[in-house]
Amino acid sequence: MKIYNGDKIIPGILIGVIILTFPLWLARGKAAATPDIKFDTPVIQKLAVKQCVLPKETMRTSHMVVLNDWRDAAVRNNTRVFTGMDGKKYDINLQNTCMECHSNKTHFCDQCHNYLGVNPYCWKCHIEPKETK
Amino acid sequence: MEDRSRRSFLKIGGACALGLSALPAIKVSAADVQSVFSPAPNALTGKKWAMVIDMKKCWEKGKEGCKDCSQACNHVHNVPDIGNPKDEIKWIWPEHFANAFPGQESEYTPEEIASKEFIILCNHCTNPPCTRVCPTQATWKRKEDGVVMMDPHRCIGCRYCMAACPFGSRSFNFRDPKPFVKDPNPKYPARMRGVVEKCTFCEERLAKGQIPACVEACKAKALVFGDLDDPKSEVRKLLHSNYTIRRKPELGTEPNVYYII
Repeated sequence: MKIYNGDKIIPGILIGVIILTFPLWLARGKAAATPDIKFDTPVIQKLAVKQCVLPKETMRTSHMVVLNDWRDAAVRNNTRVFTGMDGKKYDINLQNTCMECHSNKTHFCDQCHNYLGVNPYCWKCHIEPKETK
Repeated sequence: MEDRSRRSFLKIGGACALGLSALPAIKVSAADVQSVFSPAPNALTGKKWAMVIDMKKCWEKGKEGCKDCSQACNHVHNVPDIGNPKDEIKWIWPEHFANAFPGQESEYTPEEIASKEFIILCNHCTNPPCTRVCPTQATWKRKEDGVVMMDPHRCIGCRYCMAACPFGSRSFNFRDPKPFVKDPNPKYPARMRGVVEKCTFCEERLAKGQIPACVEACKAKALVFGDLDDPKSEVRKLLHSNYTIRRKPELGTEPNVYYII
């Protein structure tokens, strides 16, 4: 079998493959830093029972659904109190309730979001808490 | 073979119809059990929120150039001060008589009225044209109390509402407003580039049992907030004992901000 212009095509394909897989070569042997979520904010440390509005596993997998539900409940339905599984009542408010405890956005929200490459637009409007560090 | 008589067909059909008609009732009772959201307990409740602005009090008792109401509002709601009339964001602002009440001025309008500025804000109309044109229902008239709400999460920035509002009560964020908020209030969000915003009658404060920030800030007590549906409310008493005017009443939007002049 003869490939016309094979002397140009085959090196071209090889160069193309190298360019396409370049990110893989560059990152070879280096594992991306796993998210390091911190719960050591002053407000959380003072809590007697360290419990979020819903169980930890639910929040980990479905916090975005919870946030959307909270948004709709407060803004659209004017229902601003959330009753948790344990019957505790929470004011539905991202800036004043969620971020009251999780006042460490860079060590909480951003850790996983950066790791996964997701970019939620919450903070384009909502004001993030001031972090001391 | 199965029995396929008309009688059995009607029986099954009847049973199905009964089941379908019971569905809404089942849905309602199921929703009751699951609801984890409830209204705020201390919220101020009214059927038809309105404001009466006594401009005489504002002019007589207020100091020259007093901006307490708008400053309070701008601070509470993170309203940016861009300093350029084209990009300006306005929730509550001053306007001269001829602009506030066009068609009502004449060359003999008393000087003390024609030269003075009026306090202008969203009228929270009973028949708001802005909400009818919104393609995403990002703005809507809240049924329970009549506040014309704004949901920036849904706003796509088409500005139909701005074209529909005859009062200029709506402002568009032509640029990112956040850098222009000098002293941000961490308790309330700001907005982003590409959404419309306006006065919301401080619905977030009403939910906490507080009156609007502008009303609270006015030392001359020129702004009065209350429920038009309640005959004993202060706004109703003021409307009963004073002659009041509204902005562009001829358009039929039924504004809920009244002016004593």
